[in-house]
Amino acid sequence: MNLTKNQNLRRYLWPCAGLLVLLIINAIIAPEFFHIEFKDGRFYGSLIDVLNRAAPVALLAIGMALVIATGGVDLSVGSIMAIAGAASAYYITKGVDNLAIIIGAGLLAGLIAGVINGLLVGYMSIQPIVATLILMVAGRGIAQLMNEGQIVTFDHAGFSFLGTGDFLGLPFPVVLVIITFIIVQLLTRRTALGLYIEAVGANPSASHYMGLNAKAIKMSVYCVAGLCAALAGMIAAADIKGSDANNAGLWLELDAILAVVIGGASLMGGRFSIFLAVIGALIIQTLTVTIILSGIPPKFNLLIKASAIIIVLLMQSPRFQQQLSQLNFWSKKKESNRV
Amino acid sequence: MFNPKFIPLAVTCALFFVLFGIGAIQFDGFGSSRVFFNLLSDNAFLIIAAVGMTFVILSGGIDLSVGAVIALTGVICSVLISKYQWHPLVVFPVVLIGGTAFGAIMGAIIHYYKMQPFIVTLAGMFFARGLASVISEESIPIEHEFYNQVAEFGFMLPGDAWIGTSTIICLLVLFVAIIIAHYTRFGGRVYAVGGDANSAALMGIPLAQTTIRIYAISAFLATLAGIVYSFYTFSGYSLAAVGVELDAIAAVVIGGTLLTGGYGYMFGTLMGVLIMGVVQTYISFDGTLSSWWTKIVIGLLLFCFIALQQLLVRGKPR
Repeated sequence: MNLTKNQNLRRYLWPCAGLLVLLIINAIIAPEFFHIEFKDGRFYGSLIDVLNRAAPVALLAIGMALVIATGGVDLSVGSIMAIAGAASAYYITKGVDNLAIIIGAGLLAGLIAGVINGLLVGYMSIQPIVATLILMVAGRGIAQLMNEGQIVTFDHAGFSFLGTGDFLGLPFPVVLVIITFIIVQLLTRRTALGLYIEAVGANPSASHYMGLNAKAIKMSVYCVAGLCAALAGMIAAADIKGSDANNAGLWLELDAILAVVIGGASLMGGRFSIFLAVIGALIIQTLTVTIILSGIPPKFNLLIKASAIIIVLLMQSPRFQQQLSQLNFWSKKKESNRV
Repeated sequence: MFNPKFIPLAVTCALFFVLFGIGAIQFDGFGSSRVFFNLLSDNAFLIIAAVGMTFVILSGGIDLSVGAVIALTGVICSVLISKYQWHPLVVFPVVLIGGTAFGAIMGAIIHYYKMQPFIVTLAGMFFARGLASVISEESIPIEHEFYNQVAEFGFMLPGDAWIGTSTIICLLVLFVAIIIAHYTRFGGRVYAVGGDANSAALMGIPLAQTTIRIYAISAFLATLAGIVYSFYTFSGYSLAAVGVELDAIAAVVIGGTLLTGGYGYMFGTLMGVLIMGVVQTYISFDGTLSSWWTKIVIGLLLFCFIALQQLLVRGKPR
């Protein structure tokens, strides 16, 4: 019992420590980083900005964490963002004023995309990378079809609130992330669903013999991922007051996967923590800010990100840990020899 | 007697001829050798990259860094030629060796640290694009007399069909790849690793060497594809060839190669690229269909071929 508690602590320690170090670096190079101002019923400051900018990736990461826990991956979330944005924009430009219909259309688009992914992965047992690749390629085409090949702009105060509004002093995207986080956390930790997801990812054959319906569980995680992506897509569309099928959510699936991996999840499936996935998303955004603040040209962004992935992955690799501890062992041995 | 293992390849070839036939019946000038050879020369870089991807997928892996390596190659070539006045014949070996080393490193990380190819090559993709944009964020033109000569070299076949440098290189690459994949010991090892890595290791196949070589070949061919790509654009740009890795994967799958590894043919990959090219040509001939239909059709084709693979794999007694 003690051991598992320790392991659990260690799991949370590294990502949180990483975020803390980045924040401290930011504070050192730019003391005004932690300055938060309350103006016109809303908080302003770099920290709030980080939260706001990280919101779409955080939403994607919440869904992606569940998918990765089942041993899968969802490459289509960026395209789903584009589809959801296009679906909402379609109804707004058609003159629909009812916010429930507009948001419902976006969410429905995400749910349908999730069901397609779930069918392919769960019921047709196609490799997740490939199954979701189909929608990744075709999805932007579908979004462009909805937009009739143009960047559709719109003006709808209620819908724009999703991207630019504020609630209790916080930017509304941040509030949406918190709400989604609470719902998914309750769904996975207060019911057995979370345990099932981990079981399917950790050992598919054992969970099969236990009588778990892996197909339905996989279907449900891809649906959640689709809904989260749809929400992120609507935030992105509301933010720019337009739907751009080519660029909405472009490459964000990679950021989402990265966020989950930084959060310490194994791509092979098994244990997951959506809290750590959100921390991972925050780390990515804070790192971007750190790069800007430290005066390194933004063109180094990708290079630094690539190095970060490799380092995180190496730290997770049992072989690398072994090599590290061997180094330690030898140096200790040498010391003892000297003595 | 028809061997059932050729079914996916036969379907791919039949599909190509059906699509080409539909185009030829519907439009004047579609069914000409000129359109066919244009398919080859327009997609030469994609064929080269997809051939490399075929090796990787045959071994059960995946390489997402292809598009980024193409862009990086273009940028390095243009900087060395235009800025430092190197001769292209010196530049080409340098970038090819560099690209091969890049792939070998990815292969080594994948093998020795037991990481998923997907995430390692994803990092490789970030790295290559990042390096390209650090070298130059703007598009750099390539100006060199020799370069123009190479890019414009070629000869006419009857029927206005043009065979240029890129077509020759891509056919040569395909020819060598077919020999390596189907007639050498290394090719056999690639299939064995893709079929079942554990059995392959127990059979005494050097896994480390094979894995590293596979990713080195893929990166080498991606670099070569980058050089061919610069023959079209005469420039290097860090954001060029975005998403080419996905096109390459799609071409390999449509070409009938099993994504779980261990089954497929190099020739199928050629047909896969040509099918995607025909769809694109058809849409541009039609004129009323928008270009985004290409993506949707390719998505549907991908789905059909994956479903076909599933049927064939399930139908096989295990």
